[in-house]
Amino acid sequence: MATVTTREFLHAVQLTAIVAGISVPINGVFGLCAAWVIARNKFRGRALLLSILDLPFAVSSVVVGLMMILVYGNNGWLGSVLKASDFKVIFALPGIVLATAFITMPFVAREVIPVLEEAGSEQEEAARSLGANDFQIFWRVILPNIRWGLLYGLLLTNARAMGEFGAISVVSGNIVGRTHTLPLLVEQAYKNYETQAAFGSAVILALLAVITLIFKEILEHKTGVKPEKH
Amino acid sequence: MSILIDQVSKQFGNFRALDSVSLNVKEGSLVALLGPSGSGKSTLLRMIAGLEELDAGAIFINGQDLTHVDVRKRNIGFVFQHYALFKHLTLRQNIAFGLQIRKRSPAEVKKRVDTLLEIVQLEGLGNRYPSQISGGQRQRVALARALAVEPEVLLLDEPFGALDAKVRKELRAWLRCLHNEFHITTVFVTHDQEEAMEVSDEVVVMNRGRIEQVGTAQQIYEHPATPFVMGFIGAVNELPGNACLFGDNGLGQMDCKCFVRPHDIEVHIYPDGTTTSACIERIIHLGWEIQAELILEDGQSVTAHLTRDQFAQHSLQPGHKVFIRPKYTKSFPIQEQIQEQLCIA
Repeated sequence: MATVTTREFLHAVQLTAIVAGISVPINGVFGLCAAWVIARNKFRGRALLLSILDLPFAVSSVVVGLMMILVYGNNGWLGSVLKASDFKVIFALPGIVLATAFITMPFVAREVIPVLEEAGSEQEEAARSLGANDFQIFWRVILPNIRWGLLYGLLLTNARAMGEFGAISVVSGNIVGRTHTLPLLVEQAYKNYETQAAFGSAVILALLAVITLIFKEILEHKTGVKPEKH
Repeated sequence: MSILIDQVSKQFGNFRALDSVSLNVKEGSLVALLGPSGSGKSTLLRMIAGLEELDAGAIFINGQDLTHVDVRKRNIGFVFQHYALFKHLTLRQNIAFGLQIRKRSPAEVKKRVDTLLEIVQLEGLGNRYPSQISGGQRQRVALARALAVEPEVLLLDEPFGALDAKVRKELRAWLRCLHNEFHITTVFVTHDQEEAMEVSDEVVVMNRGRIEQVGTAQQIYEHPATPFVMGFIGAVNELPGNACLFGDNGLGQMDCKCFVRPHDIEVHIYPDGTTTSACIERIIHLGWEIQAELILEDGQSVTAHLTRDQFAQHSLQPGHKVFIRPKYTKSFPIQEQIQEQLCIA
């Protein structure tokens, strides 16, 4: 077993940041759209859609990793197509991002739906009657109304994206210096009896979590300070 | 600007919200859409605004066909029951919203907002947030915001419905004054008959997606066109045509439904040949008048209103026998009712 080097550690930090940096915006946009559709429309299958949205919470993340192998792996449903186009998903960055994005899918939508429902659609109708177009309604009315809920959801998404272990340990292939994210590095260092490296990396992860929690507290304080009376 | 509604229909699933409704609102008038919940009044208002699509028919504002024109292009002002103020903006910013969308210069916006704050009597509160003012003040801000863009038509959806009785009365009078000053064609929705009669020039009574009657408050109260209008506007006794109350008045027919208002029943303590005897079951003090619940000999119950003087003069008590005579009755052939019920089925 090779020991963890500084280079590998820095690479893991970098990879973790890249994965979070891609999956947080993806889920921000997706979560907003999903929340909008679910909160503003009454349609058949709405409850089903909500359940599907919660699926990543319900399924163990290792299972998520295995399901991705089933789809994108060499012998998977899309395996031959991917092989022909020479695009690597499993054991590469796209796989890690896909897994992370799936695992963190519910956070934004789940935070934004109640805020949107509480705000109601009257403010949007009022804005429209005053001449605002869809774009103006979104920036001037909807976004200010849901901003704290959206930020909170993004924060949770980020925290989970940086800390995800199970699914990534399956789809990344655990290649040191190439597909190692911070949580994977911590585990490997610990298993190799490199106590210093393991705890050092763990402290970095824990610090990220603490910073996230501080932000979360600030946000909750902010939303709590301005009670929105009806 | 005049509004012309031509045979508009709307269906929500199995529910017929509007059934071929036509209405003409004259330029500069203040019209109330009055009806129980589910009568289609709010749907009709939202259609004039363009917030609701219609299944059939057409809507003209000032002679222009606006049936499929987006709400943004209709130049209407809309006021919601629950104000729908932008919570994250100050009152000034709320009122300025429509002007900023229209890209008016900051100086012009400031001037207009100042004028409007003055009109709605909220000078000095411009920098507050909606959560920091009362319900009545919020509705005035909502009105100012709608008026800011100089709409051709003002539409109000149960504007005073969420306010307490005292504030509601004040705002009604204020809305009437405002209309007298600016003469914007205004349509407002209400389920409160008193509000409709007090504020508007013309009342449109709606029921089950149809217009029952259009007229001034007086016309609607004194000459109701349908049994529904008779029953909905003001208190009323509803009796079959052969009730003993009507004696030989020529109304004694089975196929009639007769209505008598409680204040149109005379109460005497001696019979005089044209009266019917009744027994007082209950006496209720309403403050300015006394309500007596009476039972006729044929078992029908009738409500009569007496003045305080009459009540004191006769010293009436529950259990007393009195003699009553309807001063004014209105009857409708019963077939109309049957037809109406068939329509619903």
